[in-house]
Formats: sequence, structure tokens, C-alpha cells
Amino acid sequence: MDHDHGHKGLNRRELLGHCAGWAGTAAVYTVAGGVVSSVSLDAALAAGKPAAKAKPFTFVQISDTHIGFDKPANPNVHATALQAVDRIKAMAVKPDLILHTGDITHLSKDDQFDEAKQILSGLDIPIFYVPGEHDFLDEGQGKTFLAHYGKGTQGLGWYSFNHDGVHFVALNNVAALKPGGMAHLGDDQIAWLKKDLAALPSSTPIVVFAHIPLWTVYEAWGWGTDDANQALTLLRRFGSVTVLNGHIHQILHKVEGNVSFHSARSTAYPQPAPGAAPSPGPLKVPTEQLPSMLGIRSANFLRSNAPIALIDSSFA
Amino acid sequence: MSFLSSVGRFALFAAMAAPAAVYPLQTAVAAAPTKVQRVAIQNFAFSPQVIVVAPGTTVIWTNADEDPHTVTANDKGFHSAAMDTDETYSFTFTKPGEFAYFCSLHPHMTGKVIVKG
Repeated sequence: MDHDHGHKGLNRRELLGHCAGWAGTAAVYTVAGGVVSSVSLDAALAAGKPAAKAKPFTFVQISDTHIGFDKPANPNVHATALQAVDRIKAMAVKPDLILHTGDITHLSKDDQFDEAKQILSGLDIPIFYVPGEHDFLDEGQGKTFLAHYGKGTQGLGWYSFNHDGVHFVALNNVAALKPGGMAHLGDDQIAWLKKDLAALPSSTPIVVFAHIPLWTVYEAWGWGTDDANQALTLLRRFGSVTVLNGHIHQILHKVEGNVSFHSARSTAYPQPAPGAAPSPGPLKVPTEQLPSMLGIRSANFLRSNAPIALIDSSFA
Repeated sequence: MSFLSSVGRFALFAAMAAPAAVYPLQTAVAAAPTKVQRVAIQNFAFSPQVIVVAPGTTVIWTNADEDPHTVTANDKGFHSAAMDTDETYSFTFTKPGEFAYFCSLHPHMTGKVIVKG
């Protein structure tokens, strides 16, 4: 057990093996000059103590690949997911790690998870996942997702890890949802989070990632997390908290004190702005317009007391 | 409570193509062995949201959205698998009562079946 984690979280070795499984084997990529980034899985996961001196690095967020979706809004989500891979490969600074904020698949099917893995195996970069509701809709309510990505995680797939002085927290807010409610973290996960954060000095930069927004974007469409405030209460003492989510297939930002919320584009299809359509279903746009509404996000961490700089880039 | 409970991908019924085809069940006579009430799942909503049926009625939900949905009783007394586009789920209500349900993927979607003798 990695004592640096301060909880019974991911064993570094387990995680390493786990990530290697996701990330596939060697791939060719471009590393240009600029910010120094560690490139090996070992380095990516050799976090050091939470208080370890932070050093600059880059990471990437991808979201909502929806492998298996084949409707008119994007009949070829495989190709657009590959575009994301190409964009990441072309980055001037190779990212240390990638966060996938869920809806990896459209229907939680084993072969869809396999297809996603195959697409992303083109990247020799560790990928950290959280499930979306589309990854948790099998009869086993997440069993398939957890079989693919749950090894070494807590509860229904939540975990944390440290990287170069930044503490990353992966949350699952798509399980055991309640009638009439929104996304939900649940008491077990919040209790775990409390324990996970307890030992960290408030100067530790925190990155939280989860599928559904942790702030209420639009309640009528369920775009929020009903018990998010309990988690945010635990996070507010930290000087820099970056909360990343997917789910709504569009870029939105909100800042609340030291906590900033950022919703990312999908690589598959766009969704309407809150309330701008009768329902939040896939938004059909002219084919030539689609690339401008899909994309990835890169994040540059410079130093502990500065906000993480996010750059959203579309496929256009 | 249930006799029938199934999810399947049917050929699109003509009735389903029409938005929320509703049959006037309150006036139905006991002669027909199977009473059927259809509920459309469209634009992230159950339509009609509340239905009143006689005991023995089979309710058939059809997902007309491009997103998958479920029909899940609040008390878990009945529940569908995730239904993709055009897939259906049916459940036969035998006992009087109010049966609230929701979509477990999009829990803001709620509905109710009121079974009256």
C-alpha cells in the first residue's frame, strides 16, 4: 500500500499495472520543448508526499466519447474519438496523464469498453477514468465498467492519486440515483472523501473530476449533483480546487471562491445549451459544423498558488 | 403484482409513431383479456406522466429518444433494463394502488401509474 496516499486507496503498483493495461504499449508521439513533463507511468504515479514541491506539468481531459452511439448527431463516434487521440499526440508538450470524465461508452457494453480501450491505446499516457451514467446502465449497474476500470478503486469506483504535488480525486456521481433528484455522490463516497482529504495541507492543489457537474447548471435537466455541497464543504479550505466534468457536452465555467468548475466538450456530439431545446438529447448540427463543437481540453499546472490554466480546443 | 415484464426491440408500432397514443381505459369493459396502455418516453419525459388504469392493464413504455432510459419503480417493485431508441418495456399491473417510477439514468424524469379497481 502506498503510504503517501494517506488512505487505503490505489496501490501505486496496482494502479500502474492497471493504467498500463488501459494505455496500451509504446506509441510514437511528439515532444517539443517547453515545460518539463515526466513521461513514464512510473513518474506519473510516483507522486511523492502530497506536500511535495509542485512542478509544472500538463494533463488532458477528454470526455463523453460515447462509443457505440450511431445516431444522426454523429454516426461515427469512433472516428471523432480517434481525432482526440491525434490531437493529444500532436500536443507540443506531452501530457503526463489524461482524465476521461465518463460516458466512455453509450450503452455500457463490453465490446464498447473494448473499442474505447483500443482507440485510446494509441496514446502512451496513463488514463484515469470516472464513469458516466451511460457506463453504468448495464443490468449489473456498473459491473461491466468496474470490471474494466474498477481494480484498486474504492466503493463504486472512486479513488485519488497524487501527481507532482497535485492531488487528483476521481468521483462517481452516477450510481444509485434517486427519483426526482439529480446526480448523487452518496454518504459512503463523501465519508471516503473526508478521510482522503483530511491529511492534506490546504496548500495542496486539488483536481476533482466526475462525470456530471458538481454545480447546478440546470436542475430541470438534472444537470447538477444534489449532495455536491457536502463534498464542496470539504474542499473549500484548499487554496486551489479545479473541478472538471463532462456530461453536458459543452464548455461552461463557474468560479466560487477558490473552487472553479469546468464542463468540457464531448468528442462525440454536442448538446443544447441549458433550456435551449425541449430536451438535453443530442444536438444535430450541419456536418461541417460538428468539428467545431467537439474537442479536448488541456490543462497546464504551473505552481501551487496559481490556477490551473485550461485550454479548450475544438476539432475544427 | 406482475404477469408480464419484458424489454424488447420491436418493429416500430404504428401506434408508437404517433406521440403518446392513449387509449381511454377508464371506460374499458372487462371483456378484453388484455388491456393495454402506452406511455411514450420522449424528450426526456414520460408521456403521459400520470396514467390511471384498471387492474390487469399492461403498460407498454417505448423509448422514442436517442438517449437510453429506464423505467424503475421508486420502490423497485418493477424495473426495466436500459432501453435504447425504439425499445420497449411492459409491465402488467394487477393490484390497485399508486406506483411511482422514474428513469434511473435521468432521475428528474418521473411518472406514475395509478391502478384503480
